[in-house]
Amino acid sequence: MSRIKQSFETILAENKTALIPFITAGDPHPDFTVSYMHALVEGGADILELGVPFSDPMADGPVIQHSSERALKHNVSLADVMAMVRTFRKDNQTTPIILMGYCNPIEIMGYDKVAKEAAESGVDGILTVDLPPEEAVEFNTKLNEADIDPVFLVAPTSTEERIKTICSSATGFIYYVALKGVTGSSELDTTGIKDKIDLIRKHTTIPVGVGFGIKDGATAASVSKVSDAVVVGSALVSKMEALKDQPEKITDVVRSFMAELRTAIDQDI
Amino acid sequence: MTEVKTQSLPDENGHFGVYGGRFVAETLMEAVTELQTAYEQYINDPEFIKEFDDDLKHYVGRPSPLYLAKRWTEHVGGAKLYLKREDLNHTGAHKINNTIGQALLAKRMGKKRIIAETGAGQHGVATATIAARLGIECVIYMGAVDIERQASNVYRMKLLGAEVIPVESGSKTLKDALNEAMRDWVANVDDTFYIIGTVAGPHPYPVMVRDFQAIIGREAKEQCLEAERRLPDALVACVGGGSNAIGLFYPFIEDTSVAMYGVEAAGDGIETGRHSASIITGKPGVLHGNRTYLIEDDNGQIIETHSVSAGLDYPGVGPEHAWLNDVGRAEYVPITDEEALGAFHDLTRIEGIIPALESSHALAYGAKLAKSLDKDKIVIVNLSGRGDKDMHTVAARQGISFS
Repeated sequence: MSRIKQSFETILAENKTALIPFITAGDPHPDFTVSYMHALVEGGADILELGVPFSDPMADGPVIQHSSERALKHNVSLADVMAMVRTFRKDNQTTPIILMGYCNPIEIMGYDKVAKEAAESGVDGILTVDLPPEEAVEFNTKLNEADIDPVFLVAPTSTEERIKTICSSATGFIYYVALKGVTGSSELDTTGIKDKIDLIRKHTTIPVGVGFGIKDGATAASVSKVSDAVVVGSALVSKMEALKDQPEKITDVVRSFMAELRTAIDQDI
Repeated sequence: MTEVKTQSLPDENGHFGVYGGRFVAETLMEAVTELQTAYEQYINDPEFIKEFDDDLKHYVGRPSPLYLAKRWTEHVGGAKLYLKREDLNHTGAHKINNTIGQALLAKRMGKKRIIAETGAGQHGVATATIAARLGIECVIYMGAVDIERQASNVYRMKLLGAEVIPVESGSKTLKDALNEAMRDWVANVDDTFYIIGTVAGPHPYPVMVRDFQAIIGREAKEQCLEAERRLPDALVACVGGGSNAIGLFYPFIEDTSVAMYGVEAAGDGIETGRHSASIITGKPGVLHGNRTYLIEDDNGQIIETHSVSAGLDYPGVGPEHAWLNDVGRAEYVPITDEEALGAFHDLTRIEGIIPALESSHALAYGAKLAKSLDKDKIVIVNLSGRGDKDMHTVAARQGISFS
C-alpha cells in the first residue's frame, strides 16, 4: 500500500483531517529544507508537499513565486529536491511526500528517469501543475509503474465531465483548489467548497484535500469540516519569507504554525 | 521530407506532432475550453467573418501592398525582393490583424474586459486600440524592463485608455508579462478575455492567431500571382513567437516549390549565448501552455534571452514553427543584432522605408538569400512592422540620446 493511502487510512480512521503543508524546496536556502520538513512533521503535519522551483510558475501568486526565485538563486534542481527527500527518509520512513511543480523540469529529465529516481529517493506522489490528464497519459504510466501517485487538481470551474476525467487519472488524493485565481488569493466560500467536494466524491473514493486560501487556524478548521485534508501553502511560505535572512529561525516558526493549525483542526471535529 | 498537409493539423487537442497541446493548470482549463468552443463556432460563422473582413479593410487598411523594392534589389544584386507591407497597417504592424479577430470574438462571447501581454509594446498598442474602438476595458501586462525601453508605446497604450501594469517578477520581460496575464485570466475567467499576441500558448491560441494572421499569406499569394504570374521562390519572415511568419507561411505550406525561412534573433551571436534563437539552439520543453523549442538550462529553467528587438526577445516559439522545422518544411536561420541594424539602415536609405528592428532581421536574411539566387527568382520578405518605435534604440546604438 502506498504511503499516501496508508496515511489517509490512519487519519480518517481516527475521524481526523489530514494537514498538508507546502514549502518550496530550497527556500530560502537548500541547506535548511530537510530540517523544516522534520519540523513540520513534529508540529503535526501528516503529509508534506514539496515545491520544485521553476523559473515561470504561472499558476502561483507572488508569495510562492518569490519562494521559487529564492530557491533558484541557489540553482535548486529537481535532482536536488529528490536528494533532499532521500536525506529526509533517513530519519522518517512514514510521512508521505508529494512533489509539486511544473512540467518543464520533468520534461528535461525525462518521464522515465523522474518516476524511477523519485521512487528511489522516497517520493510518494507528484503533482504537475501544468500537466492536465489529457497531456499526462505517458507520465502517468511511468508513475504508476514506479508506484508513485499522480495527484491532480480540480478547480471551481471544472465541469462534472472534467471531474470524471480527472478522477479516472488520479490516485492518492484529489487536490481541490478552493478559489478562482492563483495561490495565495483571498476569500474562501465554504458552502461552495462543500458542493464541489460532494460532486468530486460522486466520481471517486480517494480522499479529497482542499487548498488555496487557507490562512490560519480558523480557515483551516472550517475547511477541515468538509474535506479529508487541508493544504496550507502561501500562509506558511509568507512566514518563512519574513525570516528569509535568518533561515535557522524558520524551523521553530514552521513547527509552531503547524501545531496551531493542528490544534484548530482537531478541536473542530 | 515528410508529406506536409495543413488540413489535418493540429489534432483536436492542438498538437502539431509532439508540439503544441494544452499544458495549463486545471484552473485555466475551463476558460481555454470555452474559448475553443466559441472560436470554432464563430470562425465558421459568415457574419463574424464578414465583420472581421470589413474591419481589416476599413479600419486596418488592408490589403497591404506587395511592394517590389527595385533599388534594394539592385543594391543587393540577385533575386527580386518584394516586401509585404504590414508596416502600413493601422498601428504600424501585423499585430492588429490578430487583435481585431480576438476582440471581435471577445465581444461575441460577452466578455467585458480584455487583457494582454506585450514585449515591445506593439501587441499592447494593437490591443488597446481595438479595445478603445469597441469600448471594452483593457489591461496590458508589460515587463518592467520592457516598460523602460519602450516608453513611447507605453504612453500610446495609456492614451488609448488602457491600464499598463508593470511586471516585476522573474526577468521582468515578455515571458513574465505572459505569466502575469495568465494569472489575471485564472482569477477573472468569467468576464475576461485574454488576447495572446503570438502563435504560442495553450490550444486554441496557436491555431486561432495563425488563422487571423493568415490574411498576410493569402494576400501575398494573390498579389504575387498577379504581378509575376507565378508563386514566389522563397518567403522570409522574422520569428519571435512567430505570428507574422506563420501568417505569411501558412497559405503556402502545401506549395512545396516555395521555400520558407524563419529568421531568429541571434543577438550578439549564437556563440555568445546572448540571443533569442529558440529553434536553432533550444530543446523541446513545456512553457506557456504548449510544448515547443525553449531556451533553457540543463535543469529546465527558462533562461533570459537577448535581442536588440524587444519583439523577438522570447525564449520559446510557436509550436507550429517547431513542427515545420522538424518536418523540414521551413528552415530557421540566425541573424545578429549587427546584421539586422545593417538591413535597417539599408532599407531606410535605399527605399525610404524605416522598418521595425524585428522585421530588419527578416530583411537582413532576405538580402543574403537574394544575393545567392538568380535574378529571375522571387523572394518575399515580410515587412511586419514600421520602425518608428525603435528610434531610441537605433539612436542609442549610435551614441545619440533624445532626452
